[in-house]
Amino acid sequence: MVKDQEFLKSKASYCLDLSKKMGATDASVTVGHSISETVNFRNKSLEASDRSDGLALSIETYLGKRRSSISSSNLLDENIKTLIEKCFETTKITPEDEFNSLPDKNLLAKQITSLNLYDETRFENDKKIKYLKDLEEAASSNKQIINTESSFTESKSNFILANSDGFCEGYKTSSFTTSCVTVAKDENSMERDYEFSSKRHLSDIKQASDLGNKAAEQTIRKLSPNKIGSEKISIIFDKRISKGMLSVFASAISASAIARGTSFLKDKIDHQVFANSINVIDKPDIIKGMGSQNFDSEGVNSNTLQLIENGILKNYLVDTYNGKKINLQSNGRSGGTTNLYFENGHISYEDLLKKNSKSLYITETIGHGSNLVTGDYSVGATGFLVEDGEFKYPVNEITIAGNFKDMFKNITLANDLEFEYSVNSPTMMIEGMTVAGK
Amino acid sequence: MSNFFNKSDLTRQDADKLVSETLNNCDDGELYLEESKSEPILLDDNKIKSSNYSSDLGFGFRAISNEVVAYSYSNEISKDSLKNSSENLKSTLKSIKGTYNHEIPKSNKKFYKDINPIEQKTLDSKLEVLNKVNEFLRKKDRSVKQVTASFAGEQKSIEIIRSGGESLTDVRPLIRFNVSVMLEKNGRKETGVYGIGGRQSYDDYLKNDNWKNVCEEAFRIASVNLESKPAPAGEMKVVLGPGWPAILIHEAIGHGLEGDFNRKKTSAFHNLMGEKVASEGVTIVDDGTIDNRRGSLTIDDEGTPTERTVLIENGILKNFMQDRHNARLMNTRSTGSGRRENYRHIVLPRMRNTMMLSGNQTQDEMIKSVDKGIFAVSFGGGQVDITSGKFVFNCTEAYEINNGKIGSSIKGATLIGDGPSILKEVSMVGNDMMLDPGIGTCGKAGQGVPVGVAQPSILIDKMTVGGTKL
Repeated sequence: MVKDQEFLKSKASYCLDLSKKMGATDASVTVGHSISETVNFRNKSLEASDRSDGLALSIETYLGKRRSSISSSNLLDENIKTLIEKCFETTKITPEDEFNSLPDKNLLAKQITSLNLYDETRFENDKKIKYLKDLEEAASSNKQIINTESSFTESKSNFILANSDGFCEGYKTSSFTTSCVTVAKDENSMERDYEFSSKRHLSDIKQASDLGNKAAEQTIRKLSPNKIGSEKISIIFDKRISKGMLSVFASAISASAIARGTSFLKDKIDHQVFANSINVIDKPDIIKGMGSQNFDSEGVNSNTLQLIENGILKNYLVDTYNGKKINLQSNGRSGGTTNLYFENGHISYEDLLKKNSKSLYITETIGHGSNLVTGDYSVGATGFLVEDGEFKYPVNEITIAGNFKDMFKNITLANDLEFEYSVNSPTMMIEGMTVAGK
Repeated sequence: MSNFFNKSDLTRQDADKLVSETLNNCDDGELYLEESKSEPILLDDNKIKSSNYSSDLGFGFRAISNEVVAYSYSNEISKDSLKNSSENLKSTLKSIKGTYNHEIPKSNKKFYKDINPIEQKTLDSKLEVLNKVNEFLRKKDRSVKQVTASFAGEQKSIEIIRSGGESLTDVRPLIRFNVSVMLEKNGRKETGVYGIGGRQSYDDYLKNDNWKNVCEEAFRIASVNLESKPAPAGEMKVVLGPGWPAILIHEAIGHGLEGDFNRKKTSAFHNLMGEKVASEGVTIVDDGTIDNRRGSLTIDDEGTPTERTVLIENGILKNFMQDRHNARLMNTRSTGSGRRENYRHIVLPRMRNTMMLSGNQTQDEMIKSVDKGIFAVSFGGGQVDITSGKFVFNCTEAYEINNGKIGSSIKGATLIGDGPSILKEVSMVGNDMMLDPGIGTCGKAGQGVPVGVAQPSILIDKMTVGGTKL
C-alpha cells in the first residue's frame, strides 16, 4: 500500500519544524511515496517482473534571500536531521539572490477539487500476464513479425507539498501503462515500431489485442523502405510526432528560457508566432487527465491558459523565481505545462493527405536536433511517401530540417485531436521544410 | 566503504542467509546494495542558481532462472523489506528452477582511488571557481550574453552479495565540470558548450587554472557558430575530427553489439559474427580499464572485473559486449559489461569506453582528398534505431570542405547513416587517436550511465548531411 497522507504530513512537518529550529527563515518540503509493479513479456512468455517501492524527500531552506536544497530517499529521522543541518550550512554560504522566495501566499491553491486521478484497483501480476499474452498473441499473428516485447506497469503514488507559510496539500495519483514493441523482417530489411497506452484508470486502457495489432501493423508497413532524394517537400507529421512540436514550444516559452534570453521566442508576447488559425491551450483540470494537477510544484494554483490565440503568443509559463526576474506573476507552471494541446484545425485527415500532390508522412524522428536558442531544427526521420492522398512506400535514412520560426507559421492542422496523453496534437502539415536523402 | 548493516535491524548474516535461500534454485542473481552521494552546483545568469546535496541508499534484489529475470528494489534497508522482496522474487520464479552458477572471476586491479570528490574541495572554493568562470567570460567579450557553469560531484559505494555469502565491493568517484556560453552579435545568438571530467578529484582537473581552457573552448565554439552558414543537404563525404566525434562509433556500432539485442536477434548485427563489417584497418575496442576515465569500472554492477574487449579487429566482427545473464544464454562469458544506473534498475550489457584505434594517415591527407563534403569537429548527442541500424548525431561545430580546403563554418545539422554499412565507407583512418574530455552519458531503456569514447580522425566516403541548403 502506498503510504497515507498522515504519514507523509508528519514527515513534512518534522522537516519544517527542524528547519525553523535551526534558524531557517523559510522552508519548503516535498515528501512522496510510490509503488510500482512491472511485468515484461517477450515472444509470448514471461521475461521479467520488477517491483519498486520508493520514498523521496526534498527540502529547500531559506535564510533571507539565500537558498539551497537537499534530497534523499532515506527518511529515517536521524538521517533527515543530518541532511537538514547540511542543507542549512550550505544555505549560509550560498550567495544572496534577490529573486529567491516562497511563492506569493495569495497565489497558493486554496481548495483541492478531485480530478479523479487515482484508481485504487489492483491489477495483480497474474492479470498483467494474461493481458500481455493476449496482446502478444495478436501482435505476432502475422508471420512477418519475428519478435515481440511488451510490458505492463501499474503504479500508485502519494505526495505532500508543505511550506513554512502554512501550505500543506497533496493527493494520490495512479497510472497504468502498457506498451508493445514489435520487430518485422522481410528479405530486404528488419524494422521496429511500437504502440502504447497510458491512463489514470485501468478501465480506460486499450484492449490488449487492439494494441498488439496496431503495433504489428505499424511495423510491417515499414518493411523494404527506400531513401528519397534531397528536396523541399511538404511534410505531414503523424500525431505522435506533431505533439513534439508543442513540447518544443513549451520549452521555448518557459519563464526560465525567457529570463535567461536563450529562447527564440523571447520578447514575442502579443506577436504572431504561429499561423493565424492556430490556438494552443494548457488545461490543468481535465478529469482523469495524464497531466492534470491541482497546483504546481510550488503549491501555486494553476488555471487554464490560452498560450496561443489565433497565432498570437499570449502567455509564458511562469514560476515564482523566474517570474520575479521578468516582472510577471506565477501562473502555476513551475514544473511546466499540464495538459497541453492544439485546438482542432478545419480540415479532415483525408483532405490533409490530399492537400498536395506529393508529401512526406513522418511517423518517427530520431536525434536531439532542436536548438531552442536559434530555432534551428534538424532530425533523422522515418515515414512514407504520400501521393494524391495515398501511402505509396516507406522511406528511411533521411533527415528533415527547418527553423521553428518559419515552421510554426506554416502549420495546417487536421481536425482529429484526441486526448490520449498529457500533450496532444491533431495530425499536422508543415510546408517549406528541407528533406536530405540521396 | 559504506557499511550497509550498521543502521538497520538487518545483519549481514541475515542478508547472507536470505540471499542464499532465495537464489538457491535459480541460475543466477544477487543482492545489490548501493549508497550514493551527489552534489550538483549550478551558476547561471550571474548567480549561483542551485546548490543541492543528495544522498540515496537502497538495494536491488535479483533472481534469474532460464530467461526470466525477477527484480525488486527498495530504499528501505531492513529485514522486512528484504523479506518482502525475497517473497516477490520467489513468487515470480515459482515454476522455473535453475542451478546457481557460483563462478565469478577475480582481479585485484583498481582503476581509480577510493575518494569522495565532494568532500575533497570545500563548497566555498567550488563556488569561487564558478564565479571566476562567469566573470572571466563576461569580461572577455561584449558579445557574451549568458554564462552557465556547473559542477557535479558524486561518490557511489556498492556491495554485491551472491548466494553462498560471497561479497564484492567498489567505491566510484565521478566529477564533471561544464561551461556553456551564449553570444549575441548583430541579432544572432549562438551557444558553445564544453566540459571535462572523470573519476578523480576536482583539483586533478582544475590545476593550473585549467578552468580557463574550458571557458576558451566554449567561447571559441560559440564564436565559430556566430559566423555559420546554412548547412548543405544530401549525401557527401564527411571527415570526422578525433576524440568526441567517436560517439558515431558508440551509436552506429556500439549499441548494436550489446549482448541483449543479439540474443534476441533484434540487432542489425546479430548474424554478422566473424563477418567483415568494417573497412580493413578499422579496429574497435570497448575498454573499462583505462585509469580514471569516466567510462572505466573496477568491477561491473554484477561484480565481474572489467576488461578490454575487442569488438572489431581489422574490419572483422569479433565479440559482443555481455553481462552474465545474456552470456549464459548465449553460451559465452561476461565481458564485465553488466551495468545499471542505480539500485532502482536492472542490469543490462552496456558500453564503457568505446574506442576506434589509430591508423597511419593524417587529417590533412583526408581533407585534401575531398572535393565537396564537410569536416565535423564536435557533436551534441546521437541516437540509434538498433533494428533498422539507422543512427544520427548532431554537429555542434562543422565546416564545409571545397576542393580539398576547409571553408566556412556551417550551422548545426543532423547526420544520418546506416550502422552495419557505415564502417565499410571508412576510407582513411588517422594516426591521431584522442580520448573525449570525459562528458558522455549513454541512455538505454531509460537508464543513463557514464561512458567514454575515443577515435582518430576518419574519412567517411558517403553520409547524409541534414542541412537546409539544397
